[in-house]
Amino acid sequence: MAETKELVLLNCWASPYGMRCRIALAEKRVEYEHKDENLMEKSPLLLQSNPVHKKIPVLVHGGKPVCESLVIVQYVDEAWPDRAPLLPADAYGRAQARFWADFVDKKIFECGTKLWMLKKEAQGEAKKEFTEGLKLLEGELGEKKYFGGDTFGFVDVALVPLMAWFRTYESFGSFSAETEAPKLVAWGKRCMERESVAMSLPDPGKVYEFVCFMRKMFGLG
Amino acid sequence: MAAAEGIEVKLIGAWPSPFVLRARIALNLKGVEYEFLQEKFGEKSELLLRANPVYKKIPVLLHHGKPICESMIIVEYVDEAWPAAGRAILPADPYERALHRFWASYIDDKLNPSGAALSKTQTEEAKVEAAGQVIAGLKLLEEAFGRLSKGKGFFGGDDIGYVDIALGCFLGWLKVMEKTSGVKFIDEEKMPLLAGWAERFCAHEAVKAVMPEPERLEAFARKRAASAKAPPANQNTF
Repeated sequence: MAETKELVLLNCWASPYGMRCRIALAEKRVEYEHKDENLMEKSPLLLQSNPVHKKIPVLVHGGKPVCESLVIVQYVDEAWPDRAPLLPADAYGRAQARFWADFVDKKIFECGTKLWMLKKEAQGEAKKEFTEGLKLLEGELGEKKYFGGDTFGFVDVALVPLMAWFRTYESFGSFSAETEAPKLVAWGKRCMERESVAMSLPDPGKVYEFVCFMRKMFGLG
Repeated sequence: MAAAEGIEVKLIGAWPSPFVLRARIALNLKGVEYEFLQEKFGEKSELLLRANPVYKKIPVLLHHGKPICESMIIVEYVDEAWPAAGRAILPADPYERALHRFWASYIDDKLNPSGAALSKTQTEEAKVEAAGQVIAGLKLLEEAFGRLSKGKGFFGGDDIGYVDIALGCFLGWLKVMEKTSGVKFIDEEKMPLLAGWAERFCAHEAVKAVMPEPERLEAFARKRAASAKAPPANQNTF
């Protein structure tokens, strides 16, 4: 059903949200065209496909756009249900997975953005929220191989782009991931052994350079 | 009736909360019997703190003692845990589901915060700007209604669905805001689809028994403002 239609991912290489979509598509071994957007000059296709937010990532499937990374990941999971399920089969497990993926959005990536966008003096609250968020996630992971248990799942996909961004957050937030969240660092290394993750995450050094450049542009020095 | 022996469903909440209302509507749509545990204002129960240690907020659904948190996650859980009961809250088609999830996200990430911002404005100028933001957001939903309803009466088509619940829960508070701000948010001439939908939603079997009357919400808001000296907001904490 989903096979024959054209699939395009509008993305920006550094976006953790875009990385989620790439990982999900790779897990499903689905072929697609990857279009890197210049966010300073958004393409007509992007503006047409996401008129509400004008943001990446957008997955365009047979000309029909899907927006918002976790919506895209769930769509990919449901459009290719016959392989690599990202959500568990039981309703309660699915609710828990959605809860933690939403938590990752609010407490990790939204917070993380504040760490590099705000001046040092304004960061205090964000840093506290971020490091507390890391600890809660470690509690949720426990001794499991992945957040999905033995299977790499929805929460893993939602969180693993952190591995490309940890260095940046550490640097601007003045903390050490290894000290604050050693279990997550170990989990991240396990995830990186998966081809889908390794091929979708850029070099953390490049992300850091990119953010330094963005900060200069925003006059954050 | 979907309640069977051994099924134990409780909802921790408070009657003014639009987020709690979402969960109640979903349970009603599925005909699920549940015990409503009303939180005391200004005080969080031990049960709530245990059931939702991460956010300490209502609503929390307890099914066989296992907690589910975050209102739209609860709605989706209710849809999946009672698949044969009532009618499906989310459509079957993956693309349609993605559209519903997108608009529910929009309502929570953009529309509701713009409403909360409006309720906090202090100057006339700020109020006008904030009201403009809310109306702009509702206009997008007016357009989305056309696409999602496919000419039927609800975002979910023939009956209430995921986006109806996500948006409709705020209608009571919207009426209160219209009164206090003097701004008409869902104007029949400018937003005819939403205006018609709002009436149908509030009159629906699954909604009318649990949706608080605007007068009652207004009295509650006045009482809170008087005691806290802060403007009331659509929060799910009390």
